[in-house]
Amino acid sequence: MSSSFKSIERAALLRQRFEIAGGQVVETPMLQPAGTLLDLYGEDIRARAYVTSDALRGEQMLRPDFTVPVVQQHMAGGAEPARYTYAGEVFRRQEHDPDRANEYVQVGYEVFDRADAAEADAEVFALFQLQLRGLPLRAATGDIGILMAAVDGLSTTDMRKSALRRHIWRPRRFRALLDRFAGRVEMPESRKALLAGEVDTSAPAIGKRRIAEVEARIAALKADAEAAPIADNELNALETLMAVRETLPFALEQMRDIAVDLPSILPALDRLQARVAALRARGIDVDSLDFEASYGRTSMEYYDGFVFGFYAERRPDLPPVATGGRYDALTRQLGQGGEIPAVGGVIRPDLILTLEAEENA
Amino acid sequence: MTLKLGVPSKGRLMEKTFDWFAKRGLQLSRTGSEREYAGAVEGIDGVELVLLSAGEIPRELAAGNIHLGVTGTDLVHEKLARWEQEVEEVAEMGFGFADLILAVPTCWVDVETLEDLDAVAAAFRAEHGHRLRVATKYHRLVREFLTDAGVADYQLVDSQGATEGTVKNETAEMVADITSTGETLRANHLKILGDGLVLKSQATLWRSRVAPYSDAEKATLKELRDKIVS
Repeated sequence: MSSSFKSIERAALLRQRFEIAGGQVVETPMLQPAGTLLDLYGEDIRARAYVTSDALRGEQMLRPDFTVPVVQQHMAGGAEPARYTYAGEVFRRQEHDPDRANEYVQVGYEVFDRADAAEADAEVFALFQLQLRGLPLRAATGDIGILMAAVDGLSTTDMRKSALRRHIWRPRRFRALLDRFAGRVEMPESRKALLAGEVDTSAPAIGKRRIAEVEARIAALKADAEAAPIADNELNALETLMAVRETLPFALEQMRDIAVDLPSILPALDRLQARVAALRARGIDVDSLDFEASYGRTSMEYYDGFVFGFYAERRPDLPPVATGGRYDALTRQLGQGGEIPAVGGVIRPDLILTLEAEENA
Repeated sequence: MTLKLGVPSKGRLMEKTFDWFAKRGLQLSRTGSEREYAGAVEGIDGVELVLLSAGEIPRELAAGNIHLGVTGTDLVHEKLARWEQEVEEVAEMGFGFADLILAVPTCWVDVETLEDLDAVAAAFRAEHGHRLRVATKYHRLVREFLTDAGVADYQLVDSQGATEGTVKNETAEMVADITSTGETLRANHLKILGDGLVLKSQATLWRSRVAPYSDAEKATLKELRDKIVS
């Protein structure tokens, strides 16, 4: 297809611009060890990535994105601060929608910098917006860090907080847990019986999960049954927070109000405010930039701060043309003891070409 | 040109399929020696019997190599990601009932629901340093079910047979498998999760939406449908 040749050409041009912006060109292998990606994303990644294997190296995946290998390369001995750029194909398994590409080119820009997070966020966002100017795109932004801070600040047990935190990226399970911890749904009969000690424990112990683990969980469930439900004011505040969807200045104002009941989000709001200032300083029209508190909750689960995406307004069927965000925790997970604040994004030249062709038609 | 009907090539599934068609005035039979996979159809003209492994029938339907095929709902849903587009259900045949379920050791008295399972998976991973292993051969169905239920920190391990034994052997912590009576599960000290029913399956006659149909084949198909439905 000639369009794929054009995509590669456009990718080269974009990468050149990212180089000029300070990115050092990096390459990563197309085959990635499956173990790292599976540990990170869980079994769900198998639905999105092609898996292959050989007897020597075991399971390998056709690179579903660049972020993970680029972070690994940096953590294995990159200089600090560092800016990287790359261009190449990624592969995404498609089982349901034949119109979605299973192989496409991504061009990325990643910043590893301890100095000023707000400044780095703004640098990445502004750089991406510049590449996309002139196209009919809507930018969406969010901040997973605010949601995490809200969960961490709930006046409830650590067990409940870590359960909620683990499911920030799975909204349905998050909602079910919240209902349970708020006492809004009744305890299942099976759990009532368990807590009352009315269970048959005569079954033989089999499997790697030991009886001591079963007993530990029963003790934890008993403790949980004693704990007070999450207070209404905090619950309402959290739900109001998750529903915030406004232009940035108004969103910030609303969230400052919410922080009266959830003061734990104040530091994250200060970081957002600093980001707004940094974006404004770079000439971004912050007053008309959308902010959705829940944005990024259904995407891949490594973003833990600022998140953004650019969407074709007239083509809701298309995937986002560019996406990115902050992933400080990922550098810790892959860093083998090290960590560094990091933010970056990717852009899809094939979608830029599609939209340009429509504009000119 | 003939309409190709794919039928399981051996065992009870083949016999019950033959009985089911016989009740509707169509005699299917194997021809030639016991080892030869050839068959004949009486009671209708223009239908050719193709004997296949039940597991291959979904693929052959999706490829359009056969027009009709008998196999379980479980196999069609597992093997064909877009099965609604590729095949049409002509008739549920009322045998080969089986449920694809999730089962955990009976000694896990603290686990009765998917919510419990999810919490236990997190604790198990923290304790043992690897994700909770689910032995199954139904990878896609189980993965989609668990994703939808918001269960994390598990991994699927492939098991093509004797799946119930994997827990005792400690190659998996739990299983996702087909069961009809639950007896094998009980014998292996496993219990079904209350909300762990992934799929209800039975033997079903499917029509390929992909295979080409000539006018003669269309006429034969109509005749066949009339016999089956009446």
